[in-house]
Amino acid sequence: MKKWLTSTALALTLALPVAAQDYTPDPAAKAGGSITVTYKDDVATLDPAIGYDWQNWSMIKSLFDGLMDYVPGTTQLRPGLAESYEISEDGLTYTFKLRAGVKFHNGREMTAEDVKYSLGRVTDPATQSPGAGFFGSIAGFDKAGPDGLSGVEVVDPLTVKITLSRPDATFLHVMALNFASVVPKEAVDAAGADFGKQPVGTGAYKLAEWTLGQRLVFEKNADYWRPGVPFLDSVVFEVGQEPVVALLRLQNGEVDVPGDGIPPAKFQEVMGDPAQAAHVVIGGQLQTGYITLNVKTPPFDKVEVRKAVNMAINKDRIVQIINGRAVPATQPLPPSMPGYTKDYAGYAYDVEAAKKLLADAGLADGFETELYVMNTDPNPRIAQAIQQDLAAIGIKANIQSLAQANVIEAGGAGTAPMVWSGGMAWIADFPDPSNFYGPILGCAGAGDGGWNWSKFCDEALDAKATEADSMADPAKAEDRLKLWSDVYMGVMEQAPWVPVFNEERYTMKSDRMGGEDALYVDPVSIPVNYDYVWVKQ
Amino acid sequence: MAAYLVRRIVQAVLILLGVSFITFFLLYVLPADPVRQIAGRSATAETVENIRRQLGLDQPFVVQYGRYLAGLAQGDLGRSYLQKTEVAELIASRLPATLQLMLAGIACELALGLGMGIAAALLRGRLADQALMMASFVTVSAPQFVVSLLLLYVFAVKLGWFPIGGYGTWRHLVLPAVTLGILGSGWYSRMMRSSMIDVLRADFIRTARAKGLTRSRVIFRHALPNAVLPIIAMIGIDIGIFMGGIVVVESVFGWPGIGQLAWQAIQRVDIPIIMGVTLVSACAIVLGNLLADVLAPFVDPRIRLR
Repeated sequence: MKKWLTSTALALTLALPVAAQDYTPDPAAKAGGSITVTYKDDVATLDPAIGYDWQNWSMIKSLFDGLMDYVPGTTQLRPGLAESYEISEDGLTYTFKLRAGVKFHNGREMTAEDVKYSLGRVTDPATQSPGAGFFGSIAGFDKAGPDGLSGVEVVDPLTVKITLSRPDATFLHVMALNFASVVPKEAVDAAGADFGKQPVGTGAYKLAEWTLGQRLVFEKNADYWRPGVPFLDSVVFEVGQEPVVALLRLQNGEVDVPGDGIPPAKFQEVMGDPAQAAHVVIGGQLQTGYITLNVKTPPFDKVEVRKAVNMAINKDRIVQIINGRAVPATQPLPPSMPGYTKDYAGYAYDVEAAKKLLADAGLADGFETELYVMNTDPNPRIAQAIQQDLAAIGIKANIQSLAQANVIEAGGAGTAPMVWSGGMAWIADFPDPSNFYGPILGCAGAGDGGWNWSKFCDEALDAKATEADSMADPAKAEDRLKLWSDVYMGVMEQAPWVPVFNEERYTMKSDRMGGEDALYVDPVSIPVNYDYVWVKQ
Repeated sequence: MAAYLVRRIVQAVLILLGVSFITFFLLYVLPADPVRQIAGRSATAETVENIRRQLGLDQPFVVQYGRYLAGLAQGDLGRSYLQKTEVAELIASRLPATLQLMLAGIACELALGLGMGIAAALLRGRLADQALMMASFVTVSAPQFVVSLLLLYVFAVKLGWFPIGGYGTWRHLVLPAVTLGILGSGWYSRMMRSSMIDVLRADFIRTARAKGLTRSRVIFRHALPNAVLPIIAMIGIDIGIFMGGIVVVESVFGWPGIGQLAWQAIQRVDIPIIMGVTLVSACAIVLGNLLADVLAPFVDPRIRLR
């Protein structure tokens, strides 16, 4: 059954991460110093099984490690706590060899038992982890409970074998998610429900101080297993800071990175002033903003109507509303995602053709509908632009501007004919095309309360998606991406969404911050990869 | 006095029960599901149901409210859905900052408001009076967010006299307290002016003047103590309005109080925190009013508590 490292395919799997691991930090980097990062909201939790917002995601990444990791500033996988791994020929067994001598912040050495415990904890329903679903392919997931997962087996103190119930091409990405972080059982037991405030991991930093509502201090982990990092002695997070005030403090030299970015109202001022614009780093992100069209609600059950809406939306104008902070989208996947179909132009903006499609559907006089939108700027303004575009082809859309939780509720319950996703738009959990399908376009998410707000469910496409995700053999990676590209083209054919734009990231940093720009627009660590940035003193 | 206090405390408990019921009910019927927020976007239907069951949110309203009250009776405000931290701990860690800002803010608005009101009453009808009343109009109608940012920009960023937001020393406290003081001073200055003018017209003031007392003695010994009476009752009521203003000022100045906590919890549908902050604020308002009523007879012997 299990073949050890024989086929060329497997050699390839290993070759890639090993080469990728040779990431050379900035040769000019100096150790020492401290930086100040600000946020408006207090940090919800630092428990890797629970934390799932863009604020605590990168913090947790710096406190904990998983078996897999990413090359800083890229979407390329590299081994983390695993020194190497082997995949069986059938793609069902992953054997990870752990690094020796890795210590938790409490001084104890990390072993395979900890990996088993951590995966069991995150999937145990009692933990209430929002990420439990990612581990669905591990054998025994359906019976997950306090006794852990039957598919995770400790071979020896430094070897762990994970058996899957189905091949899963995304499994290594899943093992790089924060949810797969390795935690020490004794620290979790000691802290109980407060583990999120007293985190203990193996990461580059450890939590030194947390004054609720005021500040958190991360201190360098001197025993960190990656040699030479982190560079900084400490990172201070000041919370409760209004983004406009954070910007003033940045100009005053008191803040190094405003975590919430540039406030929309200040964007033009910052970009128009060369002194301030010099502090901005721009990068792509794996995000798509879209309008969902509920295929279960007439008249959006007619594909002509959905296509007409796709052709009626002037995406360039919407991009202008957000000061050009995005590129118009043609398909669900963002351009930097593997599997993106480059030669697909999407539905052209063509009001006359849209009117004709509506007439073909028997709706030459248009109709009235509702557009749900989150009530924070710039989303209501974007909704108004959409409203005007739709009016041009005879559709009268009434805007329902609500709090985020209410929009999510209406979308999930299927009561919203149209939803503008802004403020809740999909940002990838990991850089793989499958991450844009299941919960938001697949049948699994189309049930009551799911995130598939268009309630689109095409079983043939679902089968294709499952087939693609079973192609775990790295030699077939290209074929797999082709299959995913077909899936998304199939989605566009039926037009349950209007993909509107892909937002870009704008991070600001102070003059004293060092390290290549990619670290400041790291696709995985937002806003900054704390492990590799440094200060010029 | 004792009987009065007991009656008022019973009333206060009933008010708090009412507040808890209304808030709990509104959160119950709110078309937003806290379980969705906890479960995240990748959760399966099973995970969602499982979390709902664990939190007891699958139970009917009466059971949920009953459980909450039972916890409350034992001093348990519950745990935050998303942070998993004890709500009592979250509030306790932020309450001192809010109280500090509140006291300093009230002191500022009284000093500013009473000072302006007295000056206007004494200079009644003159240009200075008109200017002061105009100013009070501006402070009452000025948007809190803009005033906060303006003061921050001028005194912290440009002049550098105070830190740009934050918490810790008295220097951090000055700007937010002055902001609250300026915004609240308008009401007090108008109240104080009319109250002072009424008193200055009274017979006993004429008598005092006729006795040949000095002007300052007439004003500060005889007129002021009488004119300030209605203002004391106002402070108790003002605490409620103050709580509203504090949310904005705390957020601009990065002041780690319960206003910030409430704002975050509302966005995340974190019901235990919303309930906790609402109850604590309601408590503050009820206590403020009670205190104002209890103190009134000491200031004005004509008032009897019954």
